[in-house]
Amino acid sequence: MIDLNDSILDHLRHVLDEPELSGTRYELEAEIGRGGLGVVYAAHDRELRRRVAIKVLDSTLPPVHLEEEARIIASLEHPAIVPVYDAGALPDGRAYYAMKLVSGQRLDRYLNPRLSLTERLRVIQRAGEALAFAHTRGIVHRDLKPQNIMVGSFGEVYVMDWGVEGVAGTPQFRAPEQAGREPDPRSDGYALGALLQFLLPEDAPRALRAVAAKAMSPAPEARYPDIPSFLLDLQRFQDGLAVEAFPESFWQRTGRYARRNQVLLLLLAAFVAVKFFLFFLRRL
Amino acid sequence: MNKIVTGLVFGALLGLLDGATAWFTPEARSMIAGILMGSSIKGLVVGLLSGWFARKVNSLQWGIAFGATIGLFFAFLVALQPQPSGNHYYLEIMLPGFVTGAIIGFLTQRASGPSKQTV
Repeated sequence: MIDLNDSILDHLRHVLDEPELSGTRYELEAEIGRGGLGVVYAAHDRELRRRVAIKVLDSTLPPVHLEEEARIIASLEHPAIVPVYDAGALPDGRAYYAMKLVSGQRLDRYLNPRLSLTERLRVIQRAGEALAFAHTRGIVHRDLKPQNIMVGSFGEVYVMDWGVEGVAGTPQFRAPEQAGREPDPRSDGYALGALLQFLLPEDAPRALRAVAAKAMSPAPEARYPDIPSFLLDLQRFQDGLAVEAFPESFWQRTGRYARRNQVLLLLLAAFVAVKFFLFFLRRL
Repeated sequence: MNKIVTGLVFGALLGLLDGATAWFTPEARSMIAGILMGSSIKGLVVGLLSGWFARKVNSLQWGIAFGATIGLFFAFLVALQPQPSGNHYYLEIMLPGFVTGAIIGFLTQRASGPSKQTV
């Protein structure tokens, strides 16, 4: 008699859940993750001789959800959105779709204390561009969070797991209005602000914290009107300009101008110093 | 403003400013008009050359170094001319010329317009 402990039971569940790909062009390699609607596996495409990722629907959910997710992603051709190659049904009836296999890390694992502020903001910019593009196609992500963003080996950023109707979102990144109604693009803006706040280090500049806070305003009308406005404010920060979200005092504005024009101010100071030096030298 | 025009405008202005400070030297006040004219022309030449350099090379460090070097050189040429008293004022002319040239070099690098090579 064998004792079945939790780890053995878990293993058996995983094995039973493994998709049967014999009727498809794919060869299963290994499970690589679990998403909101199902399990993602690495697989080998026999016809095109390349590795792909296959997402297989959780057997407890109706297939229409995964088909809808595949259609959403397939309609979005953007460098930061993983392309869908194929979709269909497995011999056991479960829906699946094949997509680009991204080699990299989820954002929550990519984040580390040594990551520069520039790099953190770059990830936000890339994710925001994907969202902005999707919004122009009438598509809302609904569940943006660090676990749904991949950073590839070469620094490429992908936004994954595009939501379908009924996905509630993750509390920390969910806009307050999402509890009562269907999310709209401003809810994605809230999530992007929450993502920025998540990525900011403890010593982040106040202007950046203000940008995140504005994006996360409880009232949707107080947030940025759209993702491009949010990204523009981030870009203004990176260019050393004043940001819309952070009203500056005279001294803060002066300090920012001085930081932005350090070299010129040093050269002008050198000119004045030389003149004073020569003036007093003449008097000696 | 393109790089050449920036060099000419700021070269003339900074040259004028540099020359105007000669007013604080009593023995130079009688020649102030000539000093202003000469200093402005020197600034124009340095500005023109710095603007030309900025079109060739896109590098803040090299732009400042180039401007400072030619500013120093042209200031040296001016300082070579003996004053009515027979003295040469190398330090008084070359040191400000060096710094002014550096400022002009910086401003021409920052001006808009294409550069052929980024360093």
